[in-house]
Amino acid sequence: MISVHLILFLAFGAVCVGGAINLLAQTHPINSALSLIAVMAALAGEYLLLGAEFVAAVQVIVYAGAVMVLFVFVIMMLNAGAEERTNGSRVAILLGVPGMLLSSILVAWVLLRHFAGETVAAGALHGDPATIGQLLFHEFLLPFEITSVLILIAIMGAVVLAAKPPTSPAVGPAGKVD
Amino acid sequence: MVPLSYYLLLGGILFACGVAGFLIQRNIITIFMSIELMLNGVNLSFVAFAAHWHSLSGQIFVFFVMVVAAAEAAVGLAIIIAVYRTRETLNVDQVNLLKL
Repeated sequence: MISVHLILFLAFGAVCVGGAINLLAQTHPINSALSLIAVMAALAGEYLLLGAEFVAAVQVIVYAGAVMVLFVFVIMMLNAGAEERTNGSRVAILLGVPGMLLSSILVAWVLLRHFAGETVAAGALHGDPATIGQLLFHEFLLPFEITSVLILIAIMGAVVLAAKPPTSPAVGPAGKVD
Repeated sequence: MVPLSYYLLLGGILFACGVAGFLIQRNIITIFMSIELMLNGVNLSFVAFAAHWHSLSGQIFVFFVMVVAAAEAAVGLAIIIAVYRTRETLNVDQVNLLKL
């Protein structure tokens, strides 16, 4: 039985996985950034399928919007070109690839077995902004306030780190020694 | 109706792609984007489990993960700018000294 929910899930999932693999395959950072935006937009679709409206909106606004704009901005500011690939060690390829395949098959098998027969209906849990806000300002008030301090520290840290370092006296802005 | 394991598998695939990108990419910005990809994979698992257990706490956690990711992106990109200013390169192979 193939439902619309499953078809939509597979469509968004295909975009997610394709974007993630494209992120790995591309050598130019701007192409990786654009494929990451595609992954995030498709993930917002998955969240909507699960009924998490607020999370989907925040995903688009904060992640695909703000964070990725920051990334693209930095890529363009630093004029990052295509990277040159270096060959990894042979031991890493010989041990890493079979190990990765083995562990991913193991994890997939455990997941499919352990959660067999458990399904999620479309919009199973309605996470609308009103309910989320109610939870956020009652049950999770302390973590919420702590994150505001974290954000404040992050803002100050970013400004301090990215600010122009004080020019040394030997090379002044006008080129003269003072 | 979609099995819960499909959502978890998709989250796992995204996380694995993030780990692989973190290990094989050589550009510091792309490595940073791989970390964001890992966080997104975890977020999908959070939302799927929230729907499975009928508890909105999972979606609140996603909110907090996004806040931390945004803070991390701001500070991390500032660090990348500082690294580029001193080393003139974004290749992590050439950033191998703590102090110039």
